[in-house]
Amino acid sequence: MIPTWAQIGYLVSAVCFIVALKALSSPRSARTGNLIGAAGAVLAVIITFAAYKPDHLVPILIALAIGTVGGVIGSRRVQMTQMPQLVALFNGVGGGAAALVALLELGDVPSDATVAAIATAFTILVGAISFSGSVVTFAKLQELMTTRPVTFPGLPVLFVASLLGGIALAVWLVSDPRVWVGVLLCLIGLAIGVMLVLPVGGADVPIVISLLNAFTGLTVAAGGYVLGNTVLLVAGTLVGAAGTLLTKLMADAMGRSVFNILFGAVRGGSTLGAGTASDRPVISGGPEDVAILLGYANKVIIVPGYGLAVAQAQHTLRDLVEELQSRGVKVDYAIHPVAGRMPGHMNVLLAEAQVPYEQLREMDDINGDFKTTDVVLVVGANDVVNPAARNTPSAPIYGMPILNADEAQRVIFLKRSMRPGFAGIENELLYDPRTTLLFGDARDSLTKLLAALKTV
Amino acid sequence: MSESIALLTIFVLAAFVGVEVISKVSSTLHTPLMSGANAIHGVILVGAIIVTGAAESTIVVIVGLLAVVLATVNMVGGFVVTDRMLEMFKGPAARKKELHK
Repeated sequence: MIPTWAQIGYLVSAVCFIVALKALSSPRSARTGNLIGAAGAVLAVIITFAAYKPDHLVPILIALAIGTVGGVIGSRRVQMTQMPQLVALFNGVGGGAAALVALLELGDVPSDATVAAIATAFTILVGAISFSGSVVTFAKLQELMTTRPVTFPGLPVLFVASLLGGIALAVWLVSDPRVWVGVLLCLIGLAIGVMLVLPVGGADVPIVISLLNAFTGLTVAAGGYVLGNTVLLVAGTLVGAAGTLLTKLMADAMGRSVFNILFGAVRGGSTLGAGTASDRPVISGGPEDVAILLGYANKVIIVPGYGLAVAQAQHTLRDLVEELQSRGVKVDYAIHPVAGRMPGHMNVLLAEAQVPYEQLREMDDINGDFKTTDVVLVVGANDVVNPAARNTPSAPIYGMPILNADEAQRVIFLKRSMRPGFAGIENELLYDPRTTLLFGDARDSLTKLLAALKTV
Repeated sequence: MSESIALLTIFVLAAFVGVEVISKVSSTLHTPLMSGANAIHGVILVGAIIVTGAAESTIVVIVGLLAVVLATVNMVGGFVVTDRMLEMFKGPAARKKELHK
């Protein structure tokens, strides 16, 4: 039995998690909120050591130290552009840990405790799905494998068969909790996770991270039920519920349903973009031409994308914007909710370059302004200004709200090449007669642009 | 009230709290929020410690220790990386203070 003082301590720690999530909703309180959450987690771990007096204390402490060093090194070294991958990876290991805990609990589940047995089976299956799904997500984002949807003819059948097999095994496990059935369930969960994420296209992968995050939360909650541990139950449920809502909010920002994101490619249709560079004619210009367009404009809107961050050009962009502002040009940044590779990612990347977040305007706020804008400068973005989202029902991004860059007088794209964006779709705006392209590495182009601007 | 009903009650109420606390978040903070929530479920570490601490066979200890390592990476890494991101979201007041230094 868990002593009363420990129960109360767990309650305090659960309240810390609630406060943390609440505070994370506003930029002013977010950092404090995160620290409160961390304090709650440390408290829960200390209470566990004191209340359960675990055997094998030394190996456990060593494992803790290894995990801490790994986690700190991973999170300190990562670049802000790689954030989505890291979150996916951390989520995966959490899900894996939950599945392992449930697997080890199998021996201790009493035969008459049906609900506990169901929760154990759930944790094993969904924890394994979360783990392998997150690993595939990581591989896609890190571009260790293709970012395009991967399907093969038998996939839907195999997926449904595995799902049914998983449920059958889970039922078996509930009636007869044997470890080898649990291991089998774990393996089938790993296969389901892979099949779940493979058909998801690169641009939709962040939604999947959020969904798997919610999955892991629910497995932790189920694990808490099995162990009769309230802090696990509350923390897991909070993350499960918050994660589900967050997934829905993100899907709404992309104008898609979660079901469509997961199974769009499997159901067929023309969700696969061209994927190759086209040789249609475009208008390209040099830095001087573009500098004249920008320098003599009244109003400019910058549309930053992931390419900006890859080229580490945020600081140069900020310098360019400051130069334009000193010439009396009105400049705004238009931030699409899914700019970057994760919803809200671009805000993090520009905050890193010390662009004041008040200058970053959200899509709904700025979309009416494009009509009266002289020049839109698109740096390393593509899909978020692709009019195909509005006019081409067959395009995979159809229905996604976009920035109305095509309504401006002139559009300038800074691009490395004609390669299509992350979603692999052609962008008609590139071929528009009002569009000028400046080819090259974003940082290089911006540096040249800044130099040219000072002479015009 | 039996223990399982008590746990079920906690589950249902926590689910409502979870939805309620983030229902008004701006898209600016989606990335740190996801990362912060991710760190919170690293508390499965508590479960990993309990299971490993009660283990009697070597294989269970080994698997349990693996779970401890994985859960710790999730928890510690999650909170540290969220802090790194949020450090950059300074309000206008904080920026002004820095300029005056």
